[in-house]
Amino acid sequence: MPHLLKIEHLFIEAESDQKTKQIVKGIHLTLHRGEVLGLIGESGAGKSTIGLAAMGFSRQGCRIVSGSIVFDGQELFGAPREALRKIWGARIAYVAQSAAASFNPAHRLIKQYMEAPLQHGLMSSEEAKENAVDMYRRLLLPDPEKIGYRYPHQVSGGQLQRAMVAMAMSCQPDIIVFDEPTTALDVTTQVEVLAAIKYITTQFRTAAIYISHDLAVVAQLADRIMVLRYGELVEENDARTMLANPRKEYTRKLLSVRMLRKTKNLSDQKDDVILDIQGVTASYTGQNNVLENINLTIRKGRNVALVGESGSGKSTLARVITGLLPPVQGRIFFKGKELSPNLKSRNREELQKLQMIYQMPDTALNPRHRIRKILGRPLEFYFGMNRKQREERIRELLTQIELPESFIDRFPTELSGGEKQRICIARALAAEPELIICDEVTSALDQLVAEGILHLLQGLQDQLKVSYLFITHDLATVKAIADEIVVMFQGQIVEQGTKKEILTPPHHEYTELLLSSVPEMDPDWLDNLLKARKSGRAKIKPHEIIPRGSLENLPRPAG
Amino acid sequence: MAAFRFLRESPLSARIGMAIVLINIAAAILAPVIAPHGESQVVGDVWLPMSRDFPLGTDQLGRDLLTRLIYGARNTIALAFLITALSFLMGSICGFLAATIGKWTDQVLSRLVDILMAFPTLIFALMVLSVVGTSITALVVVIALLDSTRVFRLSRAVAMDIGVLEFVEAARLRGEGTWWVMTQEILPNALPPLVAEFGLRFCFVFLFIAALSFLGLGIQPPAADWGGMVRENAGAITFGIFTPLWPAGAIAFLTVGVNLIVDWFLHVASGLKEG
Repeated sequence: MPHLLKIEHLFIEAESDQKTKQIVKGIHLTLHRGEVLGLIGESGAGKSTIGLAAMGFSRQGCRIVSGSIVFDGQELFGAPREALRKIWGARIAYVAQSAAASFNPAHRLIKQYMEAPLQHGLMSSEEAKENAVDMYRRLLLPDPEKIGYRYPHQVSGGQLQRAMVAMAMSCQPDIIVFDEPTTALDVTTQVEVLAAIKYITTQFRTAAIYISHDLAVVAQLADRIMVLRYGELVEENDARTMLANPRKEYTRKLLSVRMLRKTKNLSDQKDDVILDIQGVTASYTGQNNVLENINLTIRKGRNVALVGESGSGKSTLARVITGLLPPVQGRIFFKGKELSPNLKSRNREELQKLQMIYQMPDTALNPRHRIRKILGRPLEFYFGMNRKQREERIRELLTQIELPESFIDRFPTELSGGEKQRICIARALAAEPELIICDEVTSALDQLVAEGILHLLQGLQDQLKVSYLFITHDLATVKAIADEIVVMFQGQIVEQGTKKEILTPPHHEYTELLLSSVPEMDPDWLDNLLKARKSGRAKIKPHEIIPRGSLENLPRPAG
Repeated sequence: MAAFRFLRESPLSARIGMAIVLINIAAAILAPVIAPHGESQVVGDVWLPMSRDFPLGTDQLGRDLLTRLIYGARNTIALAFLITALSFLMGSICGFLAATIGKWTDQVLSRLVDILMAFPTLIFALMVLSVVGTSITALVVVIALLDSTRVFRLSRAVAMDIGVLEFVEAARLRGEGTWWVMTQEILPNALPPLVAEFGLRFCFVFLFIAALSFLGLGIQPPAADWGGMVRENAGAITFGIFTPLWPAGAIAFLTVGVNLIVDWFLHVASGLKEG
């Protein structure tokens, strides 16, 4: 059978600051009709660039230097724009990571769906509309007759991404390039989108290139997987063979399930409570409560993981603890002493003992300050250290976070993401805190870098006996490092306890949904899950766990 | 050393800009030395064409135009620079304060600025200047105040954007006060757009002074200023004499020079270089 797509000797250069850098180095790639190819790798592996090159396209600043890209007998490299335009959308479609950013916010979904078929003259407007509704129905979008007439902001993130997949199918293309289509989604919504993509690829025999950094996700969809690193192929194999038997060390690393923590001795002592949150209710507007009656205790040297999906209120809880958002009701005690609800009325010592590390190391460090100033300021501010003492302590901190001392004179922009996050950790450590709130500290990082950060945090905890409140949506991280787990949903704590208690059945319904939605390194995981959910064998169904109205029936705080 | 390397790596356009500005500044500083005649000395007939004695001809009173241009650089550039600097000082401090403190401070300052901006600037300036008189001090303060409203708007918006970034939050959580947040966290990051705006506003101030001079409320004769010179000689155009084009050209020349530098600075400071 001839190849539907055949890429050979592909070289792509990126130009920045008058320097060119090769970002794709001699990639070969083939795709048969109806086949799904997974491209796996960390950021900078060149996977998105290859995905776009498969359409004969290169981003601004990038240039396809040499190679050949043959699609269905037609050479795309060097083909005139006119010829490419006939293929794009009609025969090769693209689904981007952020559906929210890819849809035009000013047009209704169905109008954007119809654009490609009309443009290519494949359907009449009526046909395209019918077609859209049909596709929405097939992808299990709610109310398929009407959902197309909504604007992009009027549907949820998961629905929008499915609408995007539907749109890619509007011309029934031969190939769809999926570029991390579920990365920005919560695990429970991710399952829906994965199901939609699986449906498309099996039902219409559409070939696909699926790009992701998450091997477990790719394993659900791909027939064949290519592992990429620095623009080169590391390993290519049949999906099942690769998962069962990875040949290269790098693939093995990506595959290895994180398991860092041995279960600690969690015997409770009365006097080791660091943070005690009692009945906290919080609201941004004064009307809708984002947090409802939260009770939480963090003990010395413990790692308490706060798990929940976006909108569950976990970051809000961090804001309440730090005093950025005074709660409507409830009290917070730090080592037995009540903390003022407002940041401004807390004293320096209270501030010093409670530090925070953020999700995006890029924005958490002032780009105009050198590392010396970033780390030196808390030392000066809290401990009044002079220049020499500071210098010494900064070097100590840099060693502690496993970075060379020479970084002291650098700006944050001169560091990689992982290194920046290490600096953020050092900034928190500089204050000698007793509790560090880690707000999604690894979600912006590549898997292996994230693992390094988790290792570091854990080592520091063992060494310094500092407590962590570890906010995350990633259950794999939780499983790896938590001592205790708190599960949040819609502003309430649905379950809390030690890791063992939470992870061993029976689960609370929502915990069950969360746990079952985390993709596993098993190619049959998605099929089994969907079957189980369909037949009703699984106890839970998405969106049915907690009836929408139930939150309103809870007792309201006065005022 | 770093500054020297920085200059050496500057592109051609920026060097041209710097040359233009330097020529103007040199002319302004050295005016009494290099000017062939006295500032308001009548040396010949009215609107004489270019000659060896009068390289650019003479103006409507028979004063040497080149001399007037050189002295005009002195008055106009120094004044425009002073006004722009003052308006940036006021505007950015208030803008940053409004953005960092927020709430009432922001409301009060923003509404005040709204009121100021509700008046057409020229009419407002005319009104105030005719009440307090046309002294240089009054001119500086009034134009700077009017101009600072625009700077306020810009710096407030920029500071708002920066203020929501996590490193500012981190500073607040550390317990830092408003002054630190403003000067250490926000200001360095707000600098690129502010500097670009500085170049632009400098040119506007320049033109505004010219406009006021045109109406007789700016720099008072016989002191030379480029805007005033355009006005005084405007009539010559109808006779096909291009005397008023010289001061107008000087304004354009300096404006282009300043903007060339600003463009380059913006390019470097915004990190476009790193790609």
